[in-house]
Amino acid sequence: MASHGIRDRVAIVGMGCTRFGERWDKGLDDLIVEAAQDTFASAGVTKHDVDAFWIGTAQGGMSGITLARPLQVQSKPVTRVENYCATGSEALRAAAYAVASGAYDVAMAVGAEKVKDSGYQGLNAAAPPGDGTARTLTAAAMFSMVAPAYAAKYGVADDQLTDVLATISAKNHANGARNPRAQFRREVSKETICASPRVAGRLGVFDCAGVADGAAAAIVVRAEDALRYTDKPLYVKALSLAAGSGSGLIDPTYDYTHFPECEAAAADAYQQAGITDPRRQLAMAEVHDCFTPTELVLMEDLGFAERGSAWKEVLAGTFALDGELPVNPDGGLKSFGHPVGASGLRMMFECWLQLRGEATPERQLRTDRTLALTHNLGGYPGEMVSFVSVLGSELG
Amino acid sequence: MGVEAARLALRCRPSAEPGALWFATASPAYLDKTNATAIHRALRLAGDVPAFDFGGALRSGVGALLAALGGSGTELVVASDRRDGLPTGGDEAAGGDAAAALVVGEGTPSAPLLAEHLGGASATDEFVDRWRAPGDQRAKLWEERFGETRYLDLGADAWQRALKETGIEPGEVSAVAVTGMHGRAVKALTGRLGVTDDAAVDDLSGTVGQSGAAHPLLLLAAMLEAEAAGQASGSLPAGRVLALVHLADGADVVLLRTTDDLARWHPPRPVAEQVASGAEIDYGTFLAWRGMLTLEPPRRPGPERVSSTAAWRSEDWKFGFVGSRDRTSGAVHLPPARVSMQGDAVDDMDPIPMADAQGTVVTFTVDRMAYSPSPPVVFAVVDFEGGGRFPLELTDVDAERLAVGDRLEMTFRRLFTADGIHDYFWKGRPVRDVPTGGEG
Repeated sequence: MASHGIRDRVAIVGMGCTRFGERWDKGLDDLIVEAAQDTFASAGVTKHDVDAFWIGTAQGGMSGITLARPLQVQSKPVTRVENYCATGSEALRAAAYAVASGAYDVAMAVGAEKVKDSGYQGLNAAAPPGDGTARTLTAAAMFSMVAPAYAAKYGVADDQLTDVLATISAKNHANGARNPRAQFRREVSKETICASPRVAGRLGVFDCAGVADGAAAAIVVRAEDALRYTDKPLYVKALSLAAGSGSGLIDPTYDYTHFPECEAAAADAYQQAGITDPRRQLAMAEVHDCFTPTELVLMEDLGFAERGSAWKEVLAGTFALDGELPVNPDGGLKSFGHPVGASGLRMMFECWLQLRGEATPERQLRTDRTLALTHNLGGYPGEMVSFVSVLGSELG
Repeated sequence: MGVEAARLALRCRPSAEPGALWFATASPAYLDKTNATAIHRALRLAGDVPAFDFGGALRSGVGALLAALGGSGTELVVASDRRDGLPTGGDEAAGGDAAAALVVGEGTPSAPLLAEHLGGASATDEFVDRWRAPGDQRAKLWEERFGETRYLDLGADAWQRALKETGIEPGEVSAVAVTGMHGRAVKALTGRLGVTDDAAVDDLSGTVGQSGAAHPLLLLAAMLEAEAAGQASGSLPAGRVLALVHLADGADVVLLRTTDDLARWHPPRPVAEQVASGAEIDYGTFLAWRGMLTLEPPRRPGPERVSSTAAWRSEDWKFGFVGSRDRTSGAVHLPPARVSMQGDAVDDMDPIPMADAQGTVVTFTVDRMAYSPSPPVVFAVVDFEGGGRFPLELTDVDAERLAVGDRLEMTFRRLFTADGIHDYFWKGRPVRDVPTGGEG
């Protein structure tokens, strides 16, 4: 029983990411081709150089042919993976482990989702046939139960909580405004955020991530081969995945103020990467801000703030672009929307840009830290999967 | 509603083991498929207890009761009806939704008779006074003088023969409930029964409204409850004669005599109490509920039809709200599980029925985007007395007044209908029991 990780054994040597948004003129295949071509160019390879592929898509298609057909990859190992909102990250995890195992020299992870073809609001997962007793709440409603529970446990007054959540939303929109790939590229004032129509519980429209189409991809090779492809590779320090048992939904001890799966994934990732003080060691973090209370709680689950203090840290600007630990410098799900299969790789793409100094100047971080974290959660409070990666620009 | 009424009836008589379930309605949720089976499973009656529908006609409620009274053994008779009428019409104004359930049998020491069946009489005739084509929401009526005339003749005939058969004089009848969808006939017949002026009881048409096939049973339940309360307070003696007269495609008369044991019967939720605790809903909501107004649905896919096989596999859970409890840790699992969430026990759990457990709101939310026949969805995480937690939808609730810590009880509901298949499951509802002392 151990989680050894593959620290510094695999490197990302090329990445690509489409613009996220309402890509009416692009189908899933177009998005895949766009992200893949950018990634091939980034790594200086062609599809023929890639030994194995993983495509992460939640609902874009079944089987590896979802990727093999648009890229015209013939008779190679191509696998589709799905793990809720960690789907894109799972593609990278599979590719990285395949290379680390020695099975392949070059592997590719692609994440893609065409959400805006459904014609419906929000994300809509097709459930398998069931007995009709499963809840049918929207994700917004499930996560909306976190905010009052957190406020009650830590004595946050109602107007303070409103301010905290609006601060998170405004920060991510401000970051997204500085990112040409983001879906929403305008700053949004806290007044506008607070006045937005309610969706579920106290959550308004601006507390919720948007819905968008998009794709992102990465090419991974053995660390010792990395410099043959780029002089600025990102080394994989940690990849961690924790699936909950779903017992939080029926366990009377669960209080909706934290996500045990995220705590577990973070602890494992920090152990793999040798991180002891994430707040001071990480240059940045891309976290799964599907709803504003989610990001609030994650600051504690990921060890960026003491229990019960994240709301104060949010108000103090700790996680702003110029704060002590910038969180979602690319604008997050809030600005990008959430094409499920693509989001995990989109987060890694921001690490790729930031640690290589290639982000647009108005959001490029000035830091000597060399580690970045990405985090996904998929599911609901009480029943979720969580993924954490740590990437670094230096070996060791 | 039928499940709700039956649960109340059986709560009064926990030792009763019905040998059959007879369900009557003029507004069946299914045709061809039996509706009584869903009630059967929700009540968790034994598999060897048959469940039958008395379907379609307004007379089916009293018919099921008469069949049970004429049979042997213990039977559970449930009548439930939902009365529709077009907006602004008489049926809409006069109609009501209700259900009533009666346990009919010989009586046992632990479940003694509350009232003894003395006898009765029926009169039957074929004439078209009120009719409705299958699938129509609206009944049509012949001009009402014809029906009134027929019902007066039929009612008087059945009444006289019932008295003759039982040897009871009209003056001996202490309370009589006359009912039927033909209001003029009911009123006219009541005046011609020869009973004392104070014998006619409120037919609940001004409060509940006319609940069709359910109404005669509802009135009988209300009469028994009033007698029980009267006996318990000492204002009424035992041994009073009660009469039920129902006019639908004929006339049916049932005569009963109250027993001493009625004084010790404490119905958990008397009709009068329910009538008094009713809440108003606005007309638009009412019309939407009845399918008369189509509301803008969420811009999301509607619910998929329930899998028949999956529902059958989990029928104890879905219909009976039965979870499981780990024999080692005691952890309650809702829905039931094979592998425990605490410890490593596998297939080592006992079933734990939770439908009668009350719960407490841990946290809640209002979902303005999720599908519901009655949006918005009010949803709560609920911790149950005796252990167990389940997140569930609430009903009959004012979200503005809901608070963490509020008490909830479970109620059997239709969540949605897809492809004609109804999704029955349990919802939570704020507890509305008024303490009534012990329950018999």
